Amino acid sequence: MVGTRIRERRIMVGIKQADLAQSAGISASYLNLIEHNRRRIGGKTLHQLAEVLDVTPAFLSQGAEVALLSGLRDAAEDHTPAETDRVDEFAGRFPGWAGLILDLVRQRDDLAHSVKALTDRIAYDPELAKSLHEVISTVTSIRSAATILADGQSLEPQWQSRFHRNIDEDSERLASEAEALVRYLEGAPGSEMAVRTPLEQFHAFMDSHDHHFSELEGPGGSARVASIIARGDHLVSDAARQIAFAVLKQYVQDARKLPLSEMGDLIETHGLDPLALAEATNQRLATVARRLGSLPEDVAGPVGFFICDGTGRVILQKPALGIARLRTNACCIHWPIYEVLGHPGRVIQKRVRQDEARVIALAMSHEARAASINRPALYHAQMLLLPDNGTGPETKVAASCSMCTMGACQVD
Amino acid sequence: MSKKVIVIEDERNIIEAISFILSRDGWDVVTHSNGHDAIDAVRLRKPDIVILDVMLPGKSGFDILQEIRGDGELGQIPVLMLTARGQEKDREMAQRAGASAYMTKPFSNAEVLDAVRHLATV
Repeated sequence: MVGTRIRERRIMVGIKQADLAQSAGISASYLNLIEHNRRRIGGKTLHQLAEVLDVTPAFLSQGAEVALLSGLRDAAEDHTPAETDRVDEFAGRFPGWAGLILDLVRQRDDLAHSVKALTDRIAYDPELAKSLHEVISTVTSIRSAATILADGQSLEPQWQSRFHRNIDEDSERLASEAEALVRYLEGAPGSEMAVRTPLEQFHAFMDSHDHHFSELEGPGGSARVASIIARGDHLVSDAARQIAFAVLKQYVQDARKLPLSEMGDLIETHGLDPLALAEATNQRLATVARRLGSLPEDVAGPVGFFICDGTGRVILQKPALGIARLRTNACCIHWPIYEVLGHPGRVIQKRVRQDEARVIALAMSHEARAASINRPALYHAQMLLLPDNGTGPETKVAASCSMCTMGACQVD
Repeated sequence: MSKKVIVIEDERNIIEAISFILSRDGWDVVTHSNGHDAIDAVRLRKPDIVILDVMLPGKSGFDILQEIRGDGELGQIPVLMLTARGQEKDREMAQRAGASAYMTKPFSNAEVLDAVRHLATV
Protein backbone atom coordinates (compact mmCIF):
# COMPACT_ATOMS: atom_id res chain seq x y z
CA MET A 1 0.00 0.00 0.00
CA VAL A 2 1.18 3.53 -0.76
CA GLY A 3 0.72 4.76 2.80
CA THR A 4 2.73 1.89 4.22
CA ARG A 5 5.58 2.58 1.80
CA ILE A 6 5.58 6.26 2.78
CA ARG A 7 5.72 5.35 6.46
CA GLU A 8 8.50 2.78 5.94
CA ARG A 9 10.55 5.20 3.87
CA ARG A 10 10.03 8.05 6.37
CA ILE A 11 11.20 5.88 9.27
CA MET A 12 14.13 4.59 7.22
CA VAL A 13 15.42 8.10 6.49
CA GLY A 14 14.67 9.25 10.05
CA ILE A 15 12.15 12.03 9.47
CA LYS A 16 9.41 12.74 12.00
CA GLN A 17 5.85 12.59 10.72
CA ALA A 18 5.20 16.23 11.61
CA ASP A 19 8.38 17.36 9.82
CA LEU A 20 7.53 15.40 6.67
CA ALA A 21 4.00 16.79 6.69
CA GLN A 22 5.30 20.34 7.01
CA SER A 23 7.86 19.87 4.22
CA ALA A 24 5.19 18.44 1.92
CA GLY A 25 2.71 21.22 2.71
CA ILE A 26 0.05 19.04 4.36
CA SER A 27 -1.16 18.65 7.91
CA ALA A 28 0.33 16.03 10.22
CA SER A 29 -3.10 14.50 10.82
CA TYR A 30 -3.67 14.15 7.05
CA LEU A 31 -0.26 12.48 6.67
CA ASN A 32 -1.14 10.16 9.54
CA LEU A 33 -4.31 9.09 7.70
CA ILE A 34 -2.30 8.60 4.49
CA GLU A 35 0.34 6.51 6.25
CA HIS A 36 -2.35 4.25 7.69
CA ASN A 37 -3.86 3.86 4.21
CA ARG A 38 -7.05 5.61 5.25
CA ARG A 39 -6.73 8.34 2.63
CA ARG A 40 -5.89 7.77 -1.01
CA ILE A 41 -3.01 9.80 -2.33
CA GLY A 42 -1.78 10.84 -5.76
CA GLY A 43 -0.84 13.84 -7.86
CA LYS A 44 0.86 16.80 -6.26
CA THR A 45 0.89 15.47 -2.70
CA LEU A 46 2.49 12.21 -3.79
CA HIS A 47 5.11 14.13 -5.77
CA GLN A 48 5.87 16.40 -2.83
CA LEU A 49 6.22 13.53 -0.39
CA ALA A 50 8.39 11.63 -2.87
CA GLU A 51 10.61 14.66 -3.29
CA VAL A 52 11.10 15.10 0.45
CA LEU A 53 11.73 11.36 0.89
CA ASP A 54 14.16 11.42 -2.05
CA VAL A 55 12.46 8.68 -4.06
CA THR A 56 10.42 8.66 -7.25
CA PRO A 57 6.62 8.89 -7.01
CA ALA A 58 6.51 5.47 -8.71
CA PHE A 59 8.56 4.03 -5.83
CA LEU A 60 5.87 5.13 -3.39
CA SER A 61 2.85 4.33 -5.57
CA GLN A 62 4.01 1.04 -7.00
CA GLY A 63 6.85 -0.12 -4.80
CA ALA A 64 10.50 -0.28 -5.61
CA GLU A 65 10.34 -3.62 -7.33
CA VAL A 66 7.49 -2.76 -9.69
CA ALA A 67 9.04 0.61 -10.57
CA LEU A 68 12.40 -1.04 -11.23
CA LEU A 69 10.97 -3.86 -13.36
CA SER A 70 8.78 -1.49 -15.34
CA GLY A 71 11.78 0.78 -15.97
CA LEU A 72 13.98 -2.12 -17.06
CA ARG A 73 11.33 -3.42 -19.48
CA ASP A 74 11.04 0.06 -20.99
CA ALA A 75 14.83 0.29 -21.25
CA ALA A 76 15.01 -3.03 -23.10
CA GLU A 77 12.31 -2.24 -25.62
CA ASP A 78 14.72 -1.17 -28.37
CA HIS A 79 17.13 -4.01 -27.64
CA THR A 80 15.63 -7.28 -28.74
CA PRO A 81 18.65 -9.37 -27.63
CA ALA A 82 17.93 -8.44 -23.98
CA GLU A 83 16.61 -11.43 -22.02
CA THR A 84 13.39 -9.71 -21.01
CA ASP A 85 11.83 -12.94 -19.77
CA ARG A 86 14.50 -12.97 -17.02
CA VAL A 87 14.14 -9.33 -15.96
CA ASP A 88 12.85 -10.31 -12.48
CA GLU A 89 15.87 -12.54 -11.94
CA PHE A 90 18.25 -9.83 -13.12
CA ALA A 91 16.76 -7.10 -10.91
CA GLY A 92 16.74 -9.49 -7.94
CA ARG A 93 20.34 -10.63 -8.30
CA PHE A 94 21.88 -7.31 -9.37
CA PRO A 95 19.76 -4.41 -8.00
CA GLY A 96 22.72 -2.00 -8.17
CA TRP A 97 23.43 -2.74 -11.83
CA ALA A 98 19.71 -2.58 -12.61
CA GLY A 99 19.49 0.87 -11.02
CA LEU A 100 22.55 2.01 -12.95
CA ILE A 101 20.99 0.87 -16.23
CA LEU A 102 17.86 2.86 -15.45
CA ASP A 103 19.90 5.98 -14.66
CA LEU A 104 21.85 5.65 -17.91
CA VAL A 105 18.69 5.10 -19.95
CA ARG A 106 17.11 8.18 -18.39
CA GLN A 107 20.22 10.23 -19.24
CA ARG A 108 20.18 8.88 -22.81
CA ASP A 109 16.49 9.73 -23.21
CA ASP A 110 17.04 13.26 -21.89
CA LEU A 111 19.93 13.80 -24.30
CA ALA A 112 18.01 12.37 -27.27
CA HIS A 113 15.13 14.61 -26.37
CA SER A 114 17.35 17.69 -26.26
CA VAL A 115 18.94 16.83 -29.62
CA LYS A 116 15.55 16.43 -31.26
CA ALA A 117 14.24 19.66 -29.81
CA LEU A 118 17.35 21.56 -30.91
CA THR A 119 17.11 20.05 -34.40
CA ASP A 120 13.49 21.11 -34.61
CA ARG A 121 14.49 24.52 -33.44
CA ILE A 122 17.05 24.97 -36.21
CA ALA A 123 14.56 23.71 -38.79
CA TYR A 124 11.53 25.68 -37.66
CA ASP A 125 12.67 28.71 -35.68
CA PRO A 126 11.80 31.62 -38.00
CA GLU A 127 14.22 34.02 -36.28
CA LEU A 128 17.12 31.63 -36.67
CA ALA A 129 16.17 30.81 -40.28
CA LYS A 130 16.01 34.53 -41.13
CA SER A 131 19.33 35.22 -39.48
CA LEU A 132 21.07 32.31 -41.24
CA HIS A 133 19.54 33.37 -44.56
CA GLU A 134 20.99 36.85 -44.17
CA VAL A 135 24.44 35.52 -43.32
CA ILE A 136 24.45 33.13 -46.29
CA SER A 137 23.16 35.80 -48.69
CA THR A 138 25.90 38.19 -47.57
CA VAL A 139 28.55 35.48 -47.99
CA THR A 140 27.18 34.84 -51.50
CA SER A 141 27.45 38.50 -52.35
CA ILE A 142 31.04 38.75 -51.08
CA ARG A 143 32.04 35.58 -52.89
CA SER A 144 30.52 36.78 -56.14
CA ALA A 145 32.12 40.25 -56.00
CA ALA A 146 35.51 38.82 -54.97
CA THR A 147 35.46 36.40 -57.92
CA ILE A 148 34.70 39.22 -60.33
CA LEU A 149 37.64 41.20 -58.97
CA ALA A 150 40.00 38.24 -58.99
CA ASP A 151 39.08 36.31 -62.14
CA GLY A 152 41.73 38.04 -64.27
CA GLN A 153 39.35 39.56 -66.78
CA SER A 154 39.68 43.27 -67.47
CA LEU A 155 37.43 45.42 -65.35
CA GLU A 156 36.64 49.08 -65.83
CA PRO A 157 37.71 51.25 -62.89
CA GLN A 158 34.14 52.25 -61.96
CA TRP A 159 33.10 48.57 -61.73
CA GLN A 160 36.26 47.75 -59.82
CA SER A 161 35.48 50.52 -57.38
CA ARG A 162 31.85 49.45 -57.08
CA PHE A 163 32.69 45.82 -56.23
CA HIS A 164 35.35 46.91 -53.75
CA ARG A 165 32.72 49.05 -52.09
CA ASN A 166 30.22 46.16 -52.15
CA ILE A 167 32.71 43.83 -50.47
CA ASP A 168 33.44 46.47 -47.86
CA GLU A 169 29.70 46.96 -47.18
CA ASP A 170 29.00 43.24 -47.13
CA SER A 171 31.91 42.40 -44.85
CA GLU A 172 30.68 44.99 -42.38
CA ARG A 173 27.16 43.59 -42.66
CA LEU A 174 28.48 40.03 -42.23
CA ALA A 175 30.34 41.00 -39.07
CA SER A 176 27.22 42.56 -37.65
CA GLU A 177 25.01 39.58 -38.64
CA ALA A 178 27.51 37.10 -37.20
CA GLU A 179 27.59 39.03 -33.96
CA ALA A 180 23.78 39.08 -33.81
CA LEU A 181 23.67 35.37 -34.53
CA VAL A 182 26.13 34.57 -31.73
CA ARG A 183 24.15 36.81 -29.39
CA TYR A 184 20.96 34.99 -30.37
CA LEU A 185 22.48 31.55 -29.83
CA GLU A 186 24.10 32.56 -26.55
CA GLY A 187 20.84 34.04 -25.37
CA ALA A 188 18.86 30.99 -26.41
CA PRO A 189 17.11 29.41 -23.50
CA GLY A 190 19.18 26.49 -22.34
CA SER A 191 16.88 25.12 -19.70
CA GLU A 192 15.36 21.69 -19.87
CA MET A 193 11.95 23.29 -20.46
CA ALA A 194 13.18 25.23 -23.48
CA VAL A 195 14.04 22.06 -25.36
CA ARG A 196 10.76 20.37 -24.58
CA THR A 197 8.03 20.28 -27.17
CA PRO A 198 5.13 22.71 -26.66
CA LEU A 199 2.87 19.84 -25.61
CA GLU A 200 5.42 18.66 -23.04
CA GLN A 201 5.74 22.22 -21.72
CA PHE A 202 1.96 22.29 -21.39
CA HIS A 203 1.93 18.94 -19.55
CA ALA A 204 4.59 20.25 -17.14
CA PHE A 205 2.53 23.42 -16.61
CA MET A 206 -0.59 21.39 -15.79
CA ASP A 207 1.38 19.06 -13.49
CA SER A 208 2.81 22.04 -11.61
CA HIS A 209 -0.76 23.12 -10.82
CA ASP A 210 -1.91 19.56 -10.17
CA HIS A 211 -4.54 20.33 -12.89
CA HIS A 212 -6.45 22.62 -10.55
CA PHE A 213 -6.60 26.43 -10.77
CA SER A 214 -8.27 28.01 -7.74
CA GLU A 215 -8.03 31.45 -9.40
CA LEU A 216 -10.33 30.27 -12.19
CA GLU A 217 -13.04 29.12 -9.82
CA GLY A 218 -15.96 31.47 -9.22
CA PRO A 219 -16.95 34.70 -10.97
CA GLY A 220 -14.40 36.51 -13.11
CA GLY A 221 -12.30 33.43 -13.75
CA SER A 222 -11.92 34.09 -17.47
CA ALA A 223 -10.25 37.45 -16.77
CA ARG A 224 -7.47 35.67 -14.90
CA VAL A 225 -6.56 33.13 -17.59
CA ALA A 226 -4.01 35.36 -19.30
CA SER A 227 -2.33 36.20 -16.01
CA ILE A 228 -1.97 32.53 -15.02
CA ILE A 229 -0.45 31.74 -18.41
CA ALA A 230 1.91 34.71 -18.20
CA ARG A 231 3.16 33.39 -14.85
CA GLY A 232 3.54 29.83 -16.17
CA ASP A 233 7.31 29.27 -16.07
CA HIS A 234 6.94 26.01 -17.97
CA LEU A 235 5.22 27.66 -20.93
CA VAL A 236 8.28 28.94 -22.77
CA SER A 237 6.89 28.78 -26.32
CA ASP A 238 3.96 30.54 -27.96
CA ALA A 239 2.56 27.19 -29.06
CA ALA A 240 2.54 25.92 -25.45
CA ARG A 241 0.82 29.11 -24.29
CA GLN A 242 -1.83 28.71 -26.99
CA ILE A 243 -2.55 25.14 -25.88
CA ALA A 244 -2.80 26.30 -22.26
CA PHE A 245 -5.07 29.19 -23.22
CA ALA A 246 -7.56 26.89 -24.97
CA VAL A 247 -7.57 24.39 -22.07
CA LEU A 248 -7.98 27.07 -19.38
CA LYS A 249 -10.82 28.71 -21.31
CA GLN A 250 -12.55 25.35 -21.30
CA TYR A 251 -11.74 25.04 -17.57
CA VAL A 252 -13.54 28.31 -16.84
CA GLN A 253 -16.63 27.19 -18.78
CA ASP A 254 -16.70 23.86 -16.95
CA ALA A 255 -16.24 25.60 -13.57
CA ARG A 256 -19.22 27.84 -14.32
CA LYS A 257 -21.41 24.84 -15.11
CA LEU A 258 -20.19 22.81 -12.15
CA PRO A 259 -19.06 25.24 -9.41
CA LEU A 260 -16.45 24.04 -6.96
CA SER A 261 -18.68 25.11 -4.07
CA GLU A 262 -21.28 22.55 -5.17
CA MET A 263 -19.01 19.71 -6.26
CA GLY A 264 -18.14 18.58 -2.71
CA ASP A 265 -21.80 18.07 -1.81
CA LEU A 266 -22.58 16.47 -5.15
CA ILE A 267 -19.78 13.95 -4.71
CA GLU A 268 -20.88 13.35 -1.13
CA THR A 269 -24.38 12.54 -2.39
CA HIS A 270 -23.64 10.64 -5.59
CA GLY A 271 -20.09 9.44 -5.00
CA LEU A 272 -17.47 9.57 -7.74
CA ASP A 273 -20.04 8.36 -10.24
CA PRO A 274 -19.77 10.51 -13.39
CA LEU A 275 -23.01 9.17 -14.88
CA ALA A 276 -24.98 9.97 -11.72
CA LEU A 277 -23.32 13.39 -11.47
CA ALA A 278 -24.15 14.15 -15.11
CA GLU A 279 -27.77 13.24 -14.54
CA ALA A 280 -28.02 15.19 -11.27
CA THR A 281 -26.49 18.35 -12.77
CA ASN A 282 -28.00 18.00 -16.25
CA GLN A 283 -24.55 18.34 -17.78
CA ARG A 284 -22.83 16.35 -20.51
CA LEU A 285 -20.78 13.40 -19.36
CA ALA A 286 -17.69 14.88 -21.05
CA THR A 287 -18.09 18.08 -19.02
CA VAL A 288 -18.44 16.16 -15.76
CA ALA A 289 -15.39 14.04 -16.60
CA ARG A 290 -13.25 17.12 -17.32
CA ARG A 291 -14.48 18.73 -14.11
CA LEU A 292 -13.66 15.70 -11.97
CA GLY A 293 -10.21 15.71 -13.54
CA SER A 294 -9.67 19.29 -12.41
CA LEU A 295 -10.88 19.10 -8.80
CA PRO A 296 -8.43 19.33 -5.90
CA GLU A 297 -7.62 16.11 -4.13
CA ASP A 298 -9.35 17.16 -0.90
CA VAL A 299 -12.65 17.40 -2.80
CA ALA A 300 -12.56 14.40 -5.12
CA GLY A 301 -9.59 12.36 -3.92
CA PRO A 302 -7.04 11.16 -6.49
CA VAL A 303 -8.59 11.06 -9.96
CA GLY A 304 -6.75 10.45 -13.22
CA PHE A 305 -7.81 12.13 -16.42
CA PHE A 306 -6.66 11.94 -20.04
CA ILE A 307 -7.70 13.44 -23.37
CA CYS A 308 -6.42 12.28 -26.74
CA ASP A 309 -7.07 13.67 -30.19
CA GLY A 310 -8.21 11.77 -33.26
CA THR A 311 -4.69 10.56 -34.01
CA GLY A 312 -4.36 9.01 -30.56
CA ARG A 313 -1.96 11.70 -29.37
CA VAL A 314 -2.45 12.33 -25.65
CA ILE A 315 -3.06 16.06 -25.37
CA LEU A 316 -3.83 16.20 -21.67
CA GLN A 317 -2.75 13.77 -19.02
CA LYS A 318 -3.18 13.63 -15.29
CA PRO A 319 -1.86 10.30 -14.08
CA ALA A 320 -3.06 9.07 -10.70
CA LEU A 321 -3.76 6.02 -8.57
CA GLY A 322 -0.46 4.37 -9.47
CA ILE A 323 -1.16 4.39 -13.22
CA ALA A 324 1.77 5.53 -15.34
CA ARG A 325 1.53 8.30 -17.91
CA LEU A 326 0.18 7.21 -21.28
CA ARG A 327 3.14 6.98 -23.61
CA THR A 328 3.15 9.14 -26.71
CA ASN A 329 4.32 6.21 -28.77
CA ALA A 330 3.43 2.57 -28.31
CA CYS A 331 0.80 3.06 -25.66
CA CYS A 332 -1.24 -0.02 -24.72
CA ILE A 333 -4.24 -0.34 -27.05
CA HIS A 334 -6.29 -1.95 -24.28
CA TRP A 335 -6.89 1.40 -22.60
CA PRO A 336 -10.57 2.15 -23.21
CA ILE A 337 -9.68 5.69 -24.38
CA TYR A 338 -8.47 4.15 -27.65
CA GLU A 339 -11.47 1.84 -27.88
CA VAL A 340 -13.92 4.76 -27.96
CA LEU A 341 -11.81 6.97 -30.23
CA GLY A 342 -13.44 5.87 -33.46
CA HIS A 343 -16.92 5.74 -31.96
CA PRO A 344 -18.30 9.19 -31.11
CA GLY A 345 -20.94 9.10 -28.39
CA ARG A 346 -19.84 5.72 -27.10
CA VAL A 347 -19.05 5.33 -23.39
CA ILE A 348 -17.02 2.44 -22.00
CA GLN A 349 -16.39 1.63 -18.38
CA LYS A 350 -13.90 -1.04 -17.41
CA ARG A 351 -12.07 -2.31 -14.41
CA VAL A 352 -8.42 -1.94 -15.42
CA ARG A 353 -5.26 -3.33 -13.89
CA GLN A 354 -1.71 -2.17 -14.63
CA ASP A 355 0.86 -4.08 -12.62
CA GLU A 356 -0.38 -3.67 -9.03
CA ALA A 357 -2.55 -0.63 -9.69
CA ARG A 358 -6.30 -1.17 -10.11
CA VAL A 359 -8.70 1.52 -11.33
CA ILE A 360 -12.08 2.04 -12.91
CA ALA A 361 -11.54 3.61 -16.35
CA LEU A 362 -14.45 5.48 -17.89
CA ALA A 363 -13.86 6.55 -21.49
CA MET A 364 -16.00 8.54 -23.88
CA SER A 365 -15.61 10.13 -27.28
CA HIS A 366 -17.14 13.39 -28.39
CA GLU A 367 -17.07 15.83 -31.28
CA ALA A 368 -14.49 18.54 -30.51
CA ARG A 369 -15.17 20.44 -33.74
CA ALA A 370 -18.18 20.07 -36.00
CA ALA A 371 -17.77 19.12 -39.65
CA SER A 372 -18.26 21.69 -42.36
CA ILE A 373 -17.89 21.66 -46.13
CA ASN A 374 -14.59 20.02 -47.09
CA ARG A 375 -13.58 19.95 -43.42
CA PRO A 376 -14.10 16.79 -41.41
CA ALA A 377 -15.29 16.77 -37.82
CA LEU A 378 -12.63 16.40 -35.12
CA TYR A 379 -13.16 13.89 -32.36
CA HIS A 380 -11.52 13.76 -28.97
CA ALA A 381 -11.63 10.92 -26.49
CA GLN A 382 -11.54 11.41 -22.72
CA MET A 383 -10.82 8.93 -19.97
CA LEU A 384 -11.32 9.24 -16.24
CA LEU A 385 -9.47 6.98 -13.83
CA LEU A 386 -11.34 6.43 -10.58
CA PRO A 387 -10.52 4.42 -7.46
CA ASP A 388 -11.61 0.80 -7.74
CA ASN A 389 -13.16 -0.48 -4.54
CA GLY A 390 -14.91 -3.50 -6.02
CA THR A 391 -14.11 -6.82 -7.57
CA GLY A 392 -14.85 -8.39 -10.92
CA PRO A 393 -13.29 -9.12 -14.29
CA GLU A 394 -10.29 -6.91 -15.07
CA THR A 395 -8.73 -5.71 -18.30
CA LYS A 396 -4.97 -5.79 -18.04
CA VAL A 397 -3.08 -2.94 -19.64
CA ALA A 398 0.63 -2.63 -20.14
CA ALA A 399 2.76 0.45 -19.55
CA SER A 400 4.02 0.12 -23.12
CA CYS A 401 2.97 -1.81 -26.20
CA SER A 402 6.42 -2.53 -27.56
CA MET A 403 7.58 -4.25 -24.38
CA CYS A 404 4.32 -5.91 -23.48
CA THR A 405 4.68 -9.19 -21.64
CA MET A 406 0.98 -10.03 -21.65
CA GLY A 407 0.97 -11.42 -25.20
CA ALA A 408 -2.76 -10.83 -25.46
CA CYS A 409 -2.89 -8.99 -28.75
CA GLN A 410 -0.27 -10.43 -31.06
CA VAL A 411 -0.63 -8.89 -34.52
CA ASP A 412 -0.12 -11.22 -37.48
CA MET B 1 19.46 40.25 -80.34
CA SER B 2 20.50 39.36 -76.77
CA LYS B 3 18.38 37.03 -74.74
CA LYS B 4 16.74 38.60 -71.71
CA VAL B 5 17.09 37.50 -68.07
CA ILE B 6 15.13 38.94 -65.18
CA VAL B 7 16.77 38.63 -61.75
CA ILE B 8 14.22 38.77 -58.94
CA GLU B 9 16.27 39.09 -55.75
CA ASP B 10 16.17 41.47 -52.78
CA GLU B 11 19.91 41.61 -51.98
CA ARG B 12 21.20 44.64 -53.89
CA ASN B 13 24.81 43.49 -54.05
CA ILE B 14 23.86 40.02 -55.27
CA ILE B 15 21.75 41.65 -57.99
CA GLU B 16 24.74 43.76 -59.02
CA ALA B 17 27.11 40.82 -59.16
CA ILE B 18 24.76 38.54 -61.10
CA SER B 19 23.80 41.38 -63.45
CA PHE B 20 27.46 42.11 -64.11
CA ILE B 21 28.52 38.55 -64.93
CA LEU B 22 25.47 37.92 -67.12
CA SER B 23 25.81 41.24 -68.94
CA ARG B 24 29.47 40.49 -69.55
CA ASP B 25 28.36 37.17 -71.04
CA GLY B 26 26.07 38.98 -73.46
CA TRP B 27 22.71 38.76 -71.70
CA ASP B 28 20.20 41.56 -71.49
CA VAL B 29 19.62 41.76 -67.71
CA VAL B 30 16.70 43.41 -65.93
CA THR B 31 16.14 43.27 -62.17
CA HIS B 32 13.32 43.37 -59.65
CA SER B 33 13.66 43.39 -55.88
CA ASN B 34 10.36 42.52 -54.23
CA GLY B 35 7.88 39.68 -54.30
CA HIS B 36 4.44 41.21 -54.30
CA ASP B 37 4.47 42.62 -57.86
CA ALA B 38 7.16 40.34 -59.30
CA ILE B 39 4.68 38.60 -61.58
CA ASP B 40 3.78 42.00 -63.11
CA ALA B 41 7.47 42.63 -63.80
CA VAL B 42 7.75 39.25 -65.54
CA ARG B 43 4.64 39.98 -67.63
CA LEU B 44 6.00 43.40 -68.56
CA ARG B 45 9.54 42.29 -69.40
CA LYS B 46 8.72 38.93 -70.99
CA PRO B 47 12.18 37.48 -70.28
CA ASP B 48 13.69 34.33 -71.78
CA ILE B 49 14.85 33.17 -68.32
CA VAL B 50 13.82 34.05 -64.76
CA ILE B 51 16.28 33.93 -61.84
CA LEU B 52 14.12 33.88 -58.74
CA ASP B 53 15.10 34.06 -55.06
CA VAL B 54 12.92 32.06 -52.65
CA MET B 55 12.87 34.46 -49.70
CA LEU B 56 11.57 37.79 -50.97
CA PRO B 57 9.75 40.60 -49.23
CA GLY B 58 6.03 40.55 -49.98
CA LYS B 59 5.70 37.09 -51.47
CA SER B 60 7.71 33.88 -51.50
CA GLY B 61 9.56 32.74 -54.60
CA PHE B 62 7.51 29.51 -54.58
CA ASP B 63 4.27 31.51 -54.84
CA ILE B 64 5.68 33.63 -57.67
CA LEU B 65 6.79 30.48 -59.48
CA GLN B 66 3.28 29.06 -59.20
CA GLU B 67 1.89 32.28 -60.68
CA ILE B 68 4.36 32.04 -63.56
CA ARG B 69 3.50 28.40 -64.23
CA GLY B 70 -0.21 29.19 -64.06
CA ASP B 71 0.05 31.98 -66.61
CA GLY B 72 -0.71 30.92 -70.16
CA GLU B 73 1.85 33.26 -71.74
CA LEU B 74 4.64 32.87 -69.17
CA GLY B 75 4.17 29.23 -68.16
CA GLN B 76 7.01 27.83 -70.30
CA ILE B 77 9.75 30.27 -69.23
CA PRO B 78 12.71 28.45 -67.59
CA VAL B 79 13.05 29.49 -63.94
CA LEU B 80 16.26 29.16 -61.89
CA MET B 81 15.45 29.24 -58.15
CA LEU B 82 17.98 30.66 -55.69
CA THR B 83 17.78 29.89 -52.01
CA ALA B 84 19.82 29.86 -48.84
CA ARG B 85 18.11 26.67 -47.76
CA GLY B 86 19.75 23.52 -48.99
CA GLN B 87 17.47 20.98 -47.39
CA GLU B 88 16.15 18.21 -49.57
CA LYS B 89 12.54 19.13 -48.82
CA ASP B 90 13.11 22.63 -50.23
CA ARG B 91 14.57 21.16 -53.39
CA GLU B 92 11.55 18.87 -53.69
CA MET B 93 9.25 21.82 -53.08
CA ALA B 94 10.94 23.75 -55.88
CA GLN B 95 10.64 20.80 -58.24
CA ARG B 96 6.97 20.32 -57.38
CA ALA B 97 6.31 24.02 -57.93
CA GLY B 98 7.86 23.68 -61.39
CA ALA B 99 11.38 25.11 -61.04
CA SER B 100 13.61 24.34 -64.05
CA ALA B 101 16.75 24.45 -61.90
CA TYR B 102 17.60 25.07 -58.25
CA MET B 103 20.72 26.62 -56.78
CA THR B 104 21.72 26.93 -53.13
CA LYS B 105 23.55 29.97 -51.79
CA PRO B 106 26.44 30.56 -51.51
CA PHE B 107 26.84 29.69 -55.22
CA SER B 108 29.74 30.69 -57.46
CA ASN B 109 29.52 33.02 -60.45
CA ALA B 110 30.50 30.15 -62.73
CA GLU B 111 27.63 28.00 -61.42
CA VAL B 112 25.09 30.72 -62.13
CA LEU B 113 26.49 31.33 -65.58
CA ASP B 114 26.50 27.62 -66.43
CA ALA B 115 22.93 27.18 -65.21
CA VAL B 116 21.63 30.13 -67.22
CA ARG B 117 23.47 29.02 -70.36
CA HIS B 118 22.07 25.51 -69.91
CA LEU B 119 18.50 26.75 -69.42
CA ALA B 120 18.79 28.81 -72.60
CA THR B 121 19.41 25.65 -74.60
CA VAL B 122 16.53 23.64 -73.09
